[in-house]
Amino acid sequence: MANPATPLGSSPGANEPTVHHAVAGHAHGAGGHAQAHHPKLQHHFYSMEQQLEASTLGMWVFLVTEVMFFGGLFMAYIVYRTMYPDAWVGGSHHLNVYLGGLNTAVLICSSLTMVLAVRAAQVGSRNGQIVNLILTILLGTVFLVVKYFEYASKFEHHLVPGPHFDPTLPTAQQLFFSLYFVMTGIHAAHMVVGIVLMAIILVMAWKGQFGPDYYNPVEISGLYWHFVDIVWIFLFPLLYLLGFHGGPGA
Amino acid sequence: MQEARHSYLDAPYGIASWLLTKDHKRIAMLYLISITIFFGIGGLFAAGVRLELMTPEGDLVSSDMYNKLFTLHGVVMIFFFLIPSIPATLGNFLIPIMCGTKDLAFPRINLLSWYLYVAGALLTLGVVAGGGVDTGWTFYTPYSSQSSNTNVTLAAVGVFIAGFSSILTGFNFIVTVHRMRAPGLTWFRLPLFVWAQYATSLVMILGTPVVAITIVLVMAERALHLGIFDPKLGGDPVLMQHLFWFYSHPAVYIMILPGMGVVSELVAAVSRKQIFGYSFVAFSSLAIAILGFLVWGHHLFVSSQSIYAGLVFSIITMLVAVPSAVKTFNWAATMYKGSITWESPTYWVIGFMGLFLIGGLTGLFLAAMGLDIHLTDTYFVVAHFHYIMVGGAIMAFLGGLHFWWPKMTGRMYNESLGKVAAILVFVGFNLTFFPQFVLGYLGMPRRYHAYPAEFQVWNVMSTLGATVLGAGYMLAFSYLVYSLFKGALAPANPWGAKGLEWEIPSPPPTFNFDEDPIVTEPAYNYKPGREVHVG
Repeated sequence: MANPATPLGSSPGANEPTVHHAVAGHAHGAGGHAQAHHPKLQHHFYSMEQQLEASTLGMWVFLVTEVMFFGGLFMAYIVYRTMYPDAWVGGSHHLNVYLGGLNTAVLICSSLTMVLAVRAAQVGSRNGQIVNLILTILLGTVFLVVKYFEYASKFEHHLVPGPHFDPTLPTAQQLFFSLYFVMTGIHAAHMVVGIVLMAIILVMAWKGQFGPDYYNPVEISGLYWHFVDIVWIFLFPLLYLLGFHGGPGA
Repeated sequence: MQEARHSYLDAPYGIASWLLTKDHKRIAMLYLISITIFFGIGGLFAAGVRLELMTPEGDLVSSDMYNKLFTLHGVVMIFFFLIPSIPATLGNFLIPIMCGTKDLAFPRINLLSWYLYVAGALLTLGVVAGGGVDTGWTFYTPYSSQSSNTNVTLAAVGVFIAGFSSILTGFNFIVTVHRMRAPGLTWFRLPLFVWAQYATSLVMILGTPVVAITIVLVMAERALHLGIFDPKLGGDPVLMQHLFWFYSHPAVYIMILPGMGVVSELVAAVSRKQIFGYSFVAFSSLAIAILGFLVWGHHLFVSSQSIYAGLVFSIITMLVAVPSAVKTFNWAATMYKGSITWESPTYWVIGFMGLFLIGGLTGLFLAAMGLDIHLTDTYFVVAHFHYIMVGGAIMAFLGGLHFWWPKMTGRMYNESLGKVAAILVFVGFNLTFFPQFVLGYLGMPRRYHAYPAEFQVWNVMSTLGATVLGAGYMLAFSYLVYSLFKGALAPANPWGAKGLEWEIPSPPPTFNFDEDPIVTEPAYNYKPGREVHVG
């Protein structure tokens, strides 16, 4: 028997709003749907709305895991800053506020171009998507290049923890720089992932795949991009702005 | 009639169609095969530990080798068997069916999660081949970051990758339960298995990233010499323990909550009765998941944590007993005046209840801070968590596997052997681990390969019990595999159970339902006088 005598809600009636497959076990996407669907609708969703809701919720849940991932780092930061406030201010004075500030501005601008790209997808402007996605990728790359020069300067000034760390500095400053490198390094890794993601979205936009009825890949990639920006918005003051200092640092 | 249809198992054939599948049921089977292999490997390490402890002298293996044995036993069993066991096999298979949908929300990510598991597992096998790792499964610094000269980095990377596999599983379940439920399937019509998996998934997505970053920090310290937890630089090794247990205590609930979900299903099915206090059982899963995040400090009672912090953690730890007891009493109340049939799942589920009861109650002993100072790092702790993880989680996993095996494979196994295996495992388990409560209370510390001669009799009992336990597992493995080839074809609903999964053929077709189901009844809507097909 395929069904027992008392089915729990199975709907054999033909008048129910069902989606039939011509053959059970049929390969998906190869016809068999009772009505015409959007070509981007995956087989296991009822509708585009359900698919959009699922992928949006999926990205938010993923971002929750990212918050917890960075949360462990912020926890370590809080504990050590409370233990060694002076070393933290001292370490912060070695960071270049101007370059950090420049990068903050770069990322905020990239979030703007990202939003404009999502908007362009919603209104179906292919050119708008392409221009704004390229700008987003460029701004992300500028951020990483600036970060590269900052890192290089830390190596020159013996501020990288380990055997070559400047022996005249308090040892607890090594903790500050350890966390500086881990936090900004993991953030930079997320930027690299974001740029790759944007490149993929750019190719899809180039092919004209997005429009008013299908734009969720642009939107949820944008959510990721904004998240990475927001992490930097927290990192910048926590690392660069301790005990106000106007100098260029190291 | 189902023979004429295409089940998910045979359409299409071929290795590639399995390795590239996006079908949640096939991915569940891939996981089942993988975790069975790792259960065997982890069991071999356990056998090494138990054989060494037959005699008081450290005569079978060196102390270094013994350190590696218990470390690998812990790493393999926890990260590569227990954490994925029920969610990735039964959960993957059943959640979309119980939600009345064709697949999980993100089928490709589901497959990615299996590949991440395999990558992590292969790295861990690489650790075994490369001479092992000896830090204990907890990777405590500064030993793991500075002193140990074994393959800590490789093992840590393996665990890190497996962690992402677990995150992706939880992520997929949460979105599926929120967005994919069939029309009419409200939250309070969901089977309790789904509620338990949902609570588990919350723990997976909130906890696992924290252990991932902790492992990154340990690796940064070990490989890049960034002194995060290094006391020489003013770093705090106890911070590492806090971050580690913030995940690893909730991870205990990743292991046991799905088991509780399985038991809720089985208790109702073998009693042919509506579960007693459905919403209490459902919310107790969420309560356990939430409280589970607030108790990690009970692993640090003797790690320089302040006495006030210890008091708070002690009290919250005891509070976990409340939702656990809600579940246990509701299961008992469900069975009371039920039409209990003595099928093999019944044996496994009753075994679970007995063992979980002992495991849970001894947890209260350990939560009491004063008593814990005496019992910490003794065999009492070892016995306690094995009662939860082996007696609880594995009994529930095997119970669920026996219950849904006909659905998953389309074959019936030998009922009598199923009962014998459940009894063997129950007896063997108690013989293995009950003596360890006594040993721990008498003061035998864990993680030593030699011990005073007066402890020998209890250790010999334990090793004998482990032999019986191993025989029980081997027996279950044998007749289940045998049934794949020679077992009778399973009917759609061999137990006369309620639930969407019992209304579709065994094994199910690729897209589960020929017609999208509409749910009109609560779960477990059992009525008296139902027909039972085997028993």
